[in-house]
Amino acid sequence: MRVYLDNNATTIVDPHVFEAMEPFFVQKYGNPNSLHQFASDTHKPLKEAMQKIYAGINASNEDSVVITSCATESNNWVLKSIYFEYILTGRKNHIIISEVEHPSIIATAKFLESKGCKVTYLPINNEGIVEAHTVRDFLTDKTALVSIMWVNNETGAIFPIEEIGEICAAKGVLFHTDAVQAIGKVSVNVQKANIDYLTMSAHKFHGPKGVGALYMKKGKELTPLLHGGAQMNGLRSGTLNVAGIVGMGKAMEQAIDALDFEMSEVKELRDRLEDALLEIPDTFVVTPRTKRSPNTILISFRGIEGESMLWDLNRAGIAASTGSACASEDLESNPVMEAIGAEADLAHTAIRFSLSRYTTGEEIDYTIEVVKNAVNRLRTISSSYAYAPEGHESKL
Amino acid sequence: MGIDSLIGGTIWDEYSQKVCELMNNPQNMGEITQEQADAMGAKLIVADFGAESCGDAVRLYWAVDPKTDVILESKFKSFGCGTAIASSDTMASLCKGKTVDEAIKITNIDVEKAMRDTPDVPAVPAQKMHCSVMAYDVIKKAASLYKGVDIASFENEIIVCECARVSLSTLREVIRLNDLTTIEQITDYTKAGAFCKSCIRPGGHEAKDIYLVDLLAEYEKEKLGKLADSGYDAPFAQMTIVQRLKSVDKVIDENIRQMLVMDGGNIEILDIKENGSHFDIYIRYLGACSGCASSSTGTLFAIESILKDKLDQNIRVIPI
Ligand SMILES: Cc1ncc(COP(=O)(O)O)c(C=O)c1O
Repeated sequence: MRVYLDNNATTIVDPHVFEAMEPFFVQKYGNPNSLHQFASDTHKPLKEAMQKIYAGINASNEDSVVITSCATESNNWVLKSIYFEYILTGRKNHIIISEVEHPSIIATAKFLESKGCKVTYLPINNEGIVEAHTVRDFLTDKTALVSIMWVNNETGAIFPIEEIGEICAAKGVLFHTDAVQAIGKVSVNVQKANIDYLTMSAHKFHGPKGVGALYMKKGKELTPLLHGGAQMNGLRSGTLNVAGIVGMGKAMEQAIDALDFEMSEVKELRDRLEDALLEIPDTFVVTPRTKRSPNTILISFRGIEGESMLWDLNRAGIAASTGSACASEDLESNPVMEAIGAEADLAHTAIRFSLSRYTTGEEIDYTIEVVKNAVNRLRTISSSYAYAPEGHESKL
Repeated sequence: MGIDSLIGGTIWDEYSQKVCELMNNPQNMGEITQEQADAMGAKLIVADFGAESCGDAVRLYWAVDPKTDVILESKFKSFGCGTAIASSDTMASLCKGKTVDEAIKITNIDVEKAMRDTPDVPAVPAQKMHCSVMAYDVIKKAASLYKGVDIASFENEIIVCECARVSLSTLREVIRLNDLTTIEQITDYTKAGAFCKSCIRPGGHEAKDIYLVDLLAEYEKEKLGKLADSGYDAPFAQMTIVQRLKSVDKVIDENIRQMLVMDGGNIEILDIKENGSHFDIYIRYLGACSGCASSSTGTLFAIESILKDKLDQNIRVIPI
């Protein structure tokens, strides 16, 4: 059996999405900006797709939802344009992000820091959540931007975006949220939440890879990063990714339709998996369920290094993930585990299971069985549970 | 950079078949209890290395015959990824049947080489080399416990990287054994510098007596020293043909010729040709040497190894 429980990394493309995209490869392949029928053939489908994307986040028609190549591009765009407009010009000198943002925010912020921008990395509490008041605590007159993710990709923790949006609006500070893990999992409404900029990525909600978007509130349009043929009204040049945009539109429509299913059925399967895994001794889960997106579990198995757990899962056909040392190819432990102040011994033991609306009950039951066997085997090997004679000094 | 670096494959693709098999089925996984050791009339040694908080920890069990110092049984337990488990397993195998003094000589390279499927393909990717280094460190720890010496006195330890607890001697040794030239390589092989990074170069949050950059500089200087012996500071491969002839002649003059002349012989350098990655040095034996049976074996071997050592590993000496 093959079971895919790594949906926070990427998702299967919905067959309806695939179907919607197909005509735009060998039939309707025109460049939308040309002056002929091949181009015109793409206009209506593009328009409809854009309307679906707008509707999905409740953007008004006056706002701009600019299609990008991925969430990484959208996130880079926000931070770097703010740098050009506010920091480099000396109007402001500071931005605020959280310490558990995706690398596309953290690494960009670090880069800007090296160019003279001050950056505050907000901490998370022991539930893995950024508390809204911390934003208020660190805002200064020189703060240009606050960028806080909506849902954390590691834990599924939902951050208090509406509250943070209000705090920023009250201070007149621009507010960006990386909503990559929120679309299709929680209700996203840019107008209700005082959001100026919002990032999304199609492949995280059963759309194609290589398409993302950046929502910009009316009047808050950013300086372009990609100059060129003035596509997207000059905000982002580059020939439109027609099939990608059509696919993203369809995926957004499906995701919104499936939101209730996600919050009931998917959540139920997630809870079933979580309940069963927590029955294993010495396991613990980050962030209470009520404060988490419906599809994610970050669970720690004491004494089992994350990569070896993935190894055993993979041998049984199960795909999951770890943010820790080995698998991510650098030696840092899982940043969230560190940030919530988990015991140091658990820093390398976290495994993330992320479900989707394609996950079945049968897959969950199989996964439970496989994890239990893997825990038994790997704890037998583990030095954490190993015999030591009396008086043995275990540490160096 | 380059095509192979642009789309990262999974590190698992680079594990040898042996590593995978050992991960799936470790051979020496387990414990030796005090009772079991007593039953063998052996001394039980239990040594730990690494820490779960760093991502790898290993516990090594030895039952050592106190009369002969032979390791009768060797088992391990390990918290770590697949390569950590496979390396620990291989290390435990290599210890078996050896005396403690022999075991101390097992290096991380021995562990890694034992896990290869084919002699010239590494068993694990570079960033996993630290797992085999850990296997090697735990042996030293076990040996120090057996001999009842403090690991500090035993190893002459100066810890350079506190986070990963990597000692100066380990670093010096690993750098030379593996011909490491960058900080990234050192981190891949030993984990030194992976965590707080204070040990990489001055300016971190902790001041040190010696930094990783110093160790690299020291090794670099040592390598240059070898070259300086040849009278030129460019590597052999970058010398002009005349410089190559002169430097070969100089090395032979200083190290070999005298020996030959005392025996009434001599050699003459005829030519140096690049042959693929090799430098073929053509020589002719003169006088007494020309008929001597050992000239084609013993002397030739001596000439070749001195030239290799002093000038370039790719030198081959061909008598005509
Ligand atoms: C929260 C978050 N932001 C940004 C990204 C980056 O998305 P992409 O790889 O599509 O650029 C991801 C994907 O891993 C994510 O989880």
